[in-house]
Amino acid sequence: MTVDAIIVGSGPGGATVADVLTAAGWSVVIFEKGRNHLIDLEDPTKLAHDFSNDEIKFVFRHFLGPDPFLEPRTFRTGIEEGDRTFVGDVNSVPSTVGGGGTHADGKVPRFREVDFEMLSTFGPQDGAAVADWPLSYADLEPFYADVERRIGVSGEAGANPFAAWRSGPYPMPPGPSMYGATLSSAAAEQLGYHPYPAPGATNSVPYDGRPACNNCGFCSFFGCPIHAKGDPVAMLQRALVSGNAEIRPETFVSRIRTAGGRATGVDFIGPDGVERSLDARYVVVAGGAVETPRLLLLSGFDHPLIGRHLMVHVQTIVVGGFADRRFHTERGRAVTHVHDDPMIPDDASRAAAAEAGLPWMRGGMVEHGGPSLPILEAKLYRWGHLHKAHMRESPLRDRLWALTMQGEDLPLTTNRVDLDPSVRDVRGFPVARLTYRPHRHELVASAHHGPRLAAILESLGAEWTSIVTSPGTGEGRSMPSVPMSRHVMGTVRMGEDPAMSVVDGYGRLHDTPNVIVADSSVFVTSSGYGPTLTLAALAARSATALVG
Amino acid sequence: MPVWLTEDEYRTLVAVCEHLIPTDETPGATDAGVADYIDGLLGAFSFDPPRIWAGGPTSGRFGGGAGFTRFHRLTALDELAWRTRIEGSQGRPEREFNGPTIGWQEGYRTGLAALGADFAGCEPGEQDRRLRAHVSFTRLVYEHACEGMYGAPEYGGNRDGRGWSGIGFAGDVEPRGWTDSEVSQA
Repeated sequence: MTVDAIIVGSGPGGATVADVLTAAGWSVVIFEKGRNHLIDLEDPTKLAHDFSNDEIKFVFRHFLGPDPFLEPRTFRTGIEEGDRTFVGDVNSVPSTVGGGGTHADGKVPRFREVDFEMLSTFGPQDGAAVADWPLSYADLEPFYADVERRIGVSGEAGANPFAAWRSGPYPMPPGPSMYGATLSSAAAEQLGYHPYPAPGATNSVPYDGRPACNNCGFCSFFGCPIHAKGDPVAMLQRALVSGNAEIRPETFVSRIRTAGGRATGVDFIGPDGVERSLDARYVVVAGGAVETPRLLLLSGFDHPLIGRHLMVHVQTIVVGGFADRRFHTERGRAVTHVHDDPMIPDDASRAAAAEAGLPWMRGGMVEHGGPSLPILEAKLYRWGHLHKAHMRESPLRDRLWALTMQGEDLPLTTNRVDLDPSVRDVRGFPVARLTYRPHRHELVASAHHGPRLAAILESLGAEWTSIVTSPGTGEGRSMPSVPMSRHVMGTVRMGEDPAMSVVDGYGRLHDTPNVIVADSSVFVTSSGYGPTLTLAALAARSATALVG
Repeated sequence: MPVWLTEDEYRTLVAVCEHLIPTDETPGATDAGVADYIDGLLGAFSFDPPRIWAGGPTSGRFGGGAGFTRFHRLTALDELAWRTRIEGSQGRPEREFNGPTIGWQEGYRTGLAALGADFAGCEPGEQDRRLRAHVSFTRLVYEHACEGMYGAPEYGGNRDGRGWSGIGFAGDVEPRGWTDSEVSQA
């Protein structure tokens, strides 16, 4: 049996490719190493009922996977630290049918024109491989519009003065603003910033047969109990209902098989633990920017840049405490407002960059939102006689508001994914090892923008503010050096020159063109926006090229 | 009857949890059944399906069915992970592909014994001294105690939602959710 395409990974990238290919009549098998909790695979017109408002299950018991015991990753900040300094969960996104789409709170901004032309626009940075993408925003815009419709995105065209041009409106209007976001947006506006309703993959109205979001608040970390979230459920469901696709969950692809410079299929291990093979005309790899280079390396692909240029978004997390205000952060879709100003260089940021000896500097999109989960809160307080009083007063949840900047992360050849020399997954395969530390650009940008974000919270009346970064800087009350952004990009870079990139502008491996990478691995630069919509748009473009 | 702990261990654990999250003007760990949550975790495989992941999509507390009571079945790999975490690797090769693991059961058995069989009857000051002398175990219990205090009641703790009501947290609100004005207004 030979299928038209094997897709490895059922997240937003793989789901988009499946949707496009099956609509064109291609036969597709989607391999997903995680479990299925999304769709009734016996009758794909029905959705599953496994997701719930359950903090234990989703935050502490790895319901969406990967389980760090079964599938650990390893980490170090540099080769001087030895083989590794940490084994466990390293910036993983869910391993489940729907992939990273299931757990996100669904902010899906587009990149801007300049994000595809960083080298031409801003120039190089010492020690970083800043480059232009092999495509422009104009090339991608039709596919942005396409995947916004497929996923179901709410937003307000024109609300963000810095946004790239759009060929049409958002498919849905914005949902209700969270109380805290209305306050912090007003405060930011007073200080000259430009907050706007976050483009969201959450239904503000019934859409595509699924209901409107009812604001339950269990959004980040959680699968949506009512399927109002634009995780890739709609795309996977369409692919399955077409009759042209099959999803095989709990099935790990261990190797892409090749012969004569072309892929012929894959080897896989199903839930029974038996290794089998399946042949295909095309193999689409969409495992995310850690598992995708891992599979290419396990398969023996030897381009020297596979795994290089790992980017994560360096987060600057600014929190403020408000003794006289409760934000009821548990109501709503976690983040309803954002602002982009730190991505637009101004006189102050240019001066800060120059003072630090950097040619230029950009921050990232700023998310307005507070913490909402009581178990996570409880673990922050000390045990003992004050515990209950703290929980009732809630200085670190209900009286806290936060601004989180997803800082642009420069591509460095030394930041990489490779195979750990000795740590194995439960099936006996080498796990991914991440070697990562931020460039000075990220730290300078964080140091510049952090206090400005704190000033917004202070103008809103915060009694105290605190600024940390993830990964930590190693100074003061530092966060761990293992990044926690869940935004992972760049490890199978796209470009026109086969010596400087692994795949071309359509995600095809330069040396094995019937292998297509359809996830954020292909990103050339990271921008400061979440990667989901851009990776889905790129996947739609690649798949459309395949079907002609 | 505790699920996995002995009666003596259970009595000590109740006292430890109450010391970590004491009753004041709202219920503490004992009233909320926090020790039952931990005992239920240690004995999760005494049930079929094991009490690892509560079901969905609703609990019934805000409408809908009581789906949380139908725990998910585990795959063979899920069971391997959770048995290793709870029971330890015990020298079994399939649990030690990256080395041995000491399970929570052993951690609790050893930790509770180290606090002394008389712990529950000690004065608070003495309890405090002993807990601080075994701080890594105390931290483990506290992590689990927070889950048992503020997690879904179907896992055995947060009895009758007392952990949530004590802090004014509504809990799992599906399928009701929140209205637009409840989201946007103070």
